[in-house]
Amino acid sequence: MADLARHGAATRPVPFRGGGFAPSARRGVGLAVFVALILLAEWGTRSGWISPLTLPRPSDVLATLVDLWTSGRLWEHLVPSLSRLAVGAVIGVGLGVATGVMIGLFSYVRAGLVPLVAALFPVPKIALLPLFVIWFGIDESSKYALIAFGTFTPTVVATYGAVDNVDRGLIRMGQSFGLSWWSIVRKIVLPGAMPGILSGLRISLAIAIILLVAAEMLGAQHGIGAYILQAGSLYDLEKLFAGVTILSLLGVLISFAVGQAERVLLRWRR
Amino acid sequence: MDLSLQGVGHAYSDLEVLRDISLEIPGGRILCIVGPSGCGKSTLLRLLGGLEKPDRGRVLQLGAPPAGCLNPLTFVFQDFALLPWRTVEGNLSLVLEDHRLPKAEAEQIIADVLARTRLSEFRTALPRQLSGGMKQRVAIARALAVTPAVMLLDEPLSALDAQTRELLMDDLVALWTRAPFTAVYVTHNLAEAVRLGHRIVVLSRRPGRIAEVVDIDLPLDARETGSAELERHQKRLWSLMRDEARAADAELVDG
Repeated sequence: MADLARHGAATRPVPFRGGGFAPSARRGVGLAVFVALILLAEWGTRSGWISPLTLPRPSDVLATLVDLWTSGRLWEHLVPSLSRLAVGAVIGVGLGVATGVMIGLFSYVRAGLVPLVAALFPVPKIALLPLFVIWFGIDESSKYALIAFGTFTPTVVATYGAVDNVDRGLIRMGQSFGLSWWSIVRKIVLPGAMPGILSGLRISLAIAIILLVAAEMLGAQHGIGAYILQAGSLYDLEKLFAGVTILSLLGVLISFAVGQAERVLLRWRR
Repeated sequence: MDLSLQGVGHAYSDLEVLRDISLEIPGGRILCIVGPSGCGKSTLLRLLGGLEKPDRGRVLQLGAPPAGCLNPLTFVFQDFALLPWRTVEGNLSLVLEDHRLPKAEAEQIIADVLARTRLSEFRTALPRQLSGGMKQRVAIARALAVTPAVMLLDEPLSALDAQTRELLMDDLVALWTRAPFTAVYVTHNLAEAVRLGHRIVVLSRRPGRIAEVVDIDLPLDARETGSAELERHQKRLWSLMRDEARAADAELVDG
């Protein structure tokens, strides 16, 4: 205390320099951003500040969505879209995880496939759609193939990166206790790679939605993509935005589902 | 079951880490291996446990492992090596699952080793909820679960603080006194070596050779930290190692 008096004016609290760099959950903020943007559009279109040719009125889009719902046509478009998404993504992610694990475990597979994956990754899969139509026909299989192919490459890259990051100490431990190769892969490598695989899944499923729309723009009668294409060619902006809204909701839903999967599967990480 | 090393030498590409090691590991006793950092003590342990192949010489298993032994050569690692996604009992059952034991038998083994390591109430805890000392007790329980013929302990206490280390040394002494096991214990901590070792092997700096073998006849449960006889042994070991350790410390790792 005596020191405090002695130094007088030169005494001050140590300036705080820590904190930050640790974003935490803030409930409702995301929703507030959405609501604010929609209200802005609504106000703009009502006051005439935004012309109805540029942007449809959000309330009209909502009315279109409600109409779609009550007339039952929503399911007519949503069910085929969701089944294409599910089948394509399951094939692509399944093969991708298997291939990624193999690349992570076997030198020859790695040497052989990593350059191939690097060559396939940057190819816009949409550009290959006509090719897929020739290979698999104009019906469902070409749509499955496009979505599967598009989710395959990011899943492979995420998976083998995740397998590379599995603690080698744990694998040595498994060997030292005489665990079989298959037990080590199933009980040590796969759970250890799960965090990386799941974060890869977020990216591949978003890509799957993009490709779903692309696939449905060619040779589909029903589906969200077909609906949007039809509305676009008629310049029916309300319908176009209703379709886009459905896609966005789908994206949010999938992201939520992956988040739930992470919560359950990665409980051990806290 | 005894282990025997005959003229073992090992190198990592150009870096020779062990040269001409011949050593007998007798059953029912704890053999400590000490030496300056980088002298190849951990490599020696991995050679003994079959995790690496020696470039020269032979590592031999003398006699058959006792009946009921599920994994004759069993490691305890410095970093515990517990699966973070499995609970305490899950980590124990991991090493039993491949043996296809009847469910009741596996359950009984788990309950028994948890009781021996005083972990019964933490059965369903995840590793992240446990302190370092408890994690290492889980790893020791896991090693005991497979009733090893030889336990290979690779600096098991080095990641722990001094108090926890003392407590775990007491635990190890109590476990050994109740049911003597064969162990090879690698450490750079001379206090641990004189407390737990029936025989202490001093390695020289890289390439590691056997510099000295010291036997301590005092029974384990009669040893207390700071007793005059242990102090004397520890001093002697340190005088053997000091110059080697200093020289090792001044070397570049990549040589």
